[in-house]
Parts: sequence; C-alpha cells; structure tokens
Amino acid sequence: MIPTPRSAVPLLELDRVAKTFGGHVAVEDFTLAVSPGEFISFLGPSGCGKTTTLQMIAGFLAPSRGTIRLEGRDLTQVHPSRRGLGIVFQSYALFPHMTAAENVAFGLEMQRVSRAERTERVRAALAMVGLSGYEDRHPRRMSGGQQQRVALARALVIRPSVLLLDEPLSNLDAKLREEMQIELRQIQRNLGTTTILVTHDQTEALSLSDRIVVMSKGRIEQIGTPQDTYERPASAFVAQFLGKTNDFAARVEGASPARIVAGGWSAPAPVGLRGPVTISVRPERIGFSEEGLPGRVAARVFQGNHWLFQCETECGPAIVVRPNDGLAQPGEGEAVRLAWRPEDMSIRDMGLRAGAVA
Amino acid sequence: MSAAATTTLPAAATATPPEPRASRAPLWLILPALLLFVGIVLVPLAMTVLLSFHDWGQYKGIEPVLVLKNWHEIATDPYYAEMFGRTLRIALVTTVATALLGAPEAYILNRMSGRWRGIFLLLILGPLLISVVARTLGWALLFGGANGLANKLLMSLGLISSPLPFLFTETGVVIALVHVMMPFMVLSVWAALQRLDPQVEHAAMSLGAGPLTIIRRIVLPQIMPGVLSGAIIVFSLSASAFATPAIIGGRRLKVAATLAYDEFLNTLNWPLGAAVAVLLLAGLVLIVVGANALVERRYAEVSR
Repeated sequence: MIPTPRSAVPLLELDRVAKTFGGHVAVEDFTLAVSPGEFISFLGPSGCGKTTTLQMIAGFLAPSRGTIRLEGRDLTQVHPSRRGLGIVFQSYALFPHMTAAENVAFGLEMQRVSRAERTERVRAALAMVGLSGYEDRHPRRMSGGQQQRVALARALVIRPSVLLLDEPLSNLDAKLREEMQIELRQIQRNLGTTTILVTHDQTEALSLSDRIVVMSKGRIEQIGTPQDTYERPASAFVAQFLGKTNDFAARVEGASPARIVAGGWSAPAPVGLRGPVTISVRPERIGFSEEGLPGRVAARVFQGNHWLFQCETECGPAIVVRPNDGLAQPGEGEAVRLAWRPEDMSIRDMGLRAGAVA
Repeated sequence: MSAAATTTLPAAATATPPEPRASRAPLWLILPALLLFVGIVLVPLAMTVLLSFHDWGQYKGIEPVLVLKNWHEIATDPYYAEMFGRTLRIALVTTVATALLGAPEAYILNRMSGRWRGIFLLLILGPLLISVVARTLGWALLFGGANGLANKLLMSLGLISSPLPFLFTETGVVIALVHVMMPFMVLSVWAALQRLDPQVEHAAMSLGAGPLTIIRRIVLPQIMPGVLSGAIIVFSLSASAFATPAIIGGRRLKVAATLAYDEFLNTLNWPLGAAVAVLLLAGLVLIVVGANALVERRYAEVSR
C-alpha cells in the first residue's frame, strides 16, 4: 500500500471520546488523529461502537466525554448542519421525491450556490460517479449500485472536509461491492478527500484504507496500516477478526538453545521463553513439506484460484490455503506434514516468559 | 445486460407452455362472496336508483312509473342546491381542518418515545371507541345554548355576555366532525411517516438544512400522499355523515344525508329521498375516484 501521507497538523482529532447509553458503555477512550487526505476504516463486529463513533463525528450523537476537533476547532457544540461533512448512509437515505440531480443539488442549494454553478457542479459530480444521463431518474427507479453512486455524489458535491461512509457497500451484492470498492478508492485518491469508512468487512477495510482502527466492545484494539494489523495483530481479537488464523498448542523445550516444538516442527525459541505456548500461523503461510507437524487432510475444498485444506494434527485442527498453481495437491485422508517459517508465526497466550517475570 | 436479455427473450417466450387449465379452476370459489355482494349491495342500489324515478303523491303514495319528476325538482329548486352546497362546504372545511391539525399531530406522535407514543395514540384513537352519537351529544352538552357547561363557565367568568352559538350552526357541525374524523387523518399520515427512512432527515441535516427546511422540503413531500388519502377518507365520511349533522344541525341546518332521511321517514316521499341519496353517492364516487387518480399520478414516485 501507499505510505500514509503525514502532515504536522491533523485534520480531525478525537481526544478520549466516550459515549455511554444509560449504564451501557458504547465507546470508551477513543483517541485518533486523522491526517488530511487519509483513508481510515473503523473495523469491528456489530455492536463494537464504530457506528456510534461515526455518529458522534457527524454530530447526530453528542459524546459523553472527550472532544472532537476539526481543523483545530472544537466540534462538540457545532450543529450537524454546520459541520460541512459529507455522509453516505447505509440505507443511502436518498430523497425519494427528488430526481438524482435534485438530490445532488440539495446540499448546494442549502449553501446558496448560484443556479448556474449548481447545475455545472451537479453535472460534474454525477459524471464522476458514472451516472451521466441519469439526472432525471428518481431513486426508486435506480438499482442499488446506482443509488449508492447518487448518495456518494450528493455527499461529495458539497466539497466536504471529511467524508463519512457508514457501511455504504453492505447492501450490494458481492461482485458490485468489489467494483464499488475500486471505484470508491479511485475517486477518493483523485479528490484527496479525507475519508472515514465504517465497516464490518475485513476485506473492505484491508483493500481500501491507509490505516485501520480495529474496534471491539467499544475499545480500540489496534490502529495501524492494513499490513501491520494483518501481519502483526496486537491482540488475539485482531488476529481472529482479521482473516483466519491457526492456533497450535506448542511447548518450549531444552535450554540454550531452547526450541519451540509443535509435533514434528520446531524452531529456535526467542530468548527467555519457557513452558507451554500458543503459536498462531495464517493459513496461507503454511505449506506441505517433507518435514514438519504431522497431520491428515480431513477435507479438501476447491475454490477456483486456491485450495482450502482442513487438516487434523496433534497440536489442534489446522486450515491450510494453497494457491492453485497447477501442481498436484494432497487428497482427502492423505497424511501430510505442515511447515512454516518461524517469522510467519506469532506467539500469543504466552505461558511464562522468564524475562517478564524477572 | 440488455443484449443478453434480448437474445434470451424469444427463446423463453417459445419455451413457455400454454396457459395451464388449473389456473382457471378456482374462479367459482369467488361465487359466494359475489352473490353476497350482488344481493346486499348491487340489488338494493339498483332498486334505489329505480325508486328515484318513481312518482309520489300525498294521497296516492308511490306509483311505480318512470318519470323525471324528482330529478327535475332537485335540479330546479334552489333549496336542494343550498343543501348540497352546504354539505360540500362542511365536508371541505372539515377536511382542511383535519389535515392542518392531524398532519403535525402525527409527526409529533411519530417522534415521541415508545411509551408516550402509546398513550397519545390511545388518546387520539379513543374517540373511535365511543359511539358518534355519544360524542356529539357531549359537544351539545358543552355548548348547547345557555345551559351548556362551557357556555355557563365562560359567561360566569365574564368572558362572553351571551352563549356561543354552537347548535344549529355550520361551525358547530364542522367542529364536531373534525373531532370525529381526526383519527382517520392521523392514522393515514402516521402510516406514511412509518415508511420514511429516519436517516433521510439526518442526510438533509448533514447537507446543511435547518429543521424547518427539512420539514418543508424533505418530510412534507414524502407524507403528502398520506395526507391526501386521509383527506379523501375524511371528505367522503364527512359529506355522508349523518349522526353529527343530525344532532348538532338538527332540523334547522340540514345536509344531504339528513335531507334524504327526512324525505324517507318524515315526508314519506321515498322517491325524492332516493334521488337525493343517489345524487350524493354519485357525487362522492366521482370526487373520490377523481382525487385518488390525481394523487396516484402526482405522487407515483413517492408512493411506489
């Protein structure tokens, strides 16, 4: 991915923002600085507080604690209609009684933009999302993808300082969703609009964002680039939520040099590690080889561009993903040996770390 | 997409088997309902229409001949024009008043939190649970001449010197009718509000619209079909209302419905009463169907 553009002054700052509903804590201690032009994703399962956070930025909910600053200005007391943010809603929330062009023009009318400029900007915005010629259509006569595009054009035409996207692609079918992802990213790059996307879809977050904020139960689990969060998950939750992962029960054996042993597989252990540990390896980083953890293929599924194997090993079940490279693959019931490079594994749920105790 | 559709279409058309016989079989199942409809709606209606062409005399009673006497009388005597004009006026004013009061009422109701909404909905629907006669008599007790409770109170407070005219006035009939008809308008608008996407108001807000602009430009156009269909219901019910005009208006302030009643039961001139009733029905059907077609065409995009 492209390195994150950094500037000295963040455009949008959330400082220890929290929201409680009655006794229930929806968002807690949310601190984030968004640089101009950045594409940020709030990723997490439903109920993790990502939409609540977005609504606080939009102004539809008031934070219980903390401050939100836009270009250094405190937003907390600013009415939603004065924040100048562009929002695309999950339901699109188009005005059903207005045509596509009237929908897009509405924000400009509110800004009292002259009629001539309005017409030109509406035309340009609809062209940008590929809807030239649809000006006079009513939303109900458009497909989901087209409504989505109108909603995007309507949010962008007012030249918002920040674009907020609330699960905008979740109502589209898989193929259309993929197309819209690519288009969304291109439009965002071209305009350079700072964007915050709320999603529960890890693929969407990984493929679109400069940085991902992984959330769980109202708390931030990790903030990082897509590679960072995928390769170096900060917690068991992030590892489980972002892609599949295999957990193996392993032990640290011997002393100087100590080795991590999982069945027939072993590697040098980090200094000071002792006792039983859990190691976790991504399915696509495991290969079949001559040596390694012995197992048996319980099920094999062909998925077009890759194979999915479910294996049983003495250290626990394992999922292995191999690219469909045309080479022969082990069949169901066959005995295999699983191997991976030590740097592809992360050690979690540590037993006793001698260094930590001392 | 379209290319694929055009190439597959002819194939699909030829492949479709002829209409299966089974789909025609259940037609006879509607027979009982059809008989009931014909027996209790169409036949009496046809008989009423026929009756309106019969002759009537003080001493000879009804004569089953076909004459245009009754229709001629209605068309030429300004008395009937006055009756129908008043009926129309009362129905129109009642409709406008329920729309002006009911639409905001439904909007406020819709924004209330669950428990309060339940209580207020019950308050609005409450009148439907009580007989129209009881409700209308209540109005008569409040404002009926010098003995009406409200009039007595206002006079003893010195706010008015003589009782407010209520009984036997058009204003009185309209006020009582608005009270009776309000639930129909509120329910109709409320149903339209239920279909509103709550995020749409947020969307308008984020685009810089203030609360009044949101109501005028976003909410009102979307609930207009609800207001208009509510208006059609209220108009037709008010124009054909009997109990309220009969009690508040009495003999002195007649409308089409009470006029027909009097012709039937007091004058015993059934043919003339039938003509009045048929004219009222035909007029209402014409207005309602016309208004409905207008609404559906104008708001096709919203109500779909």
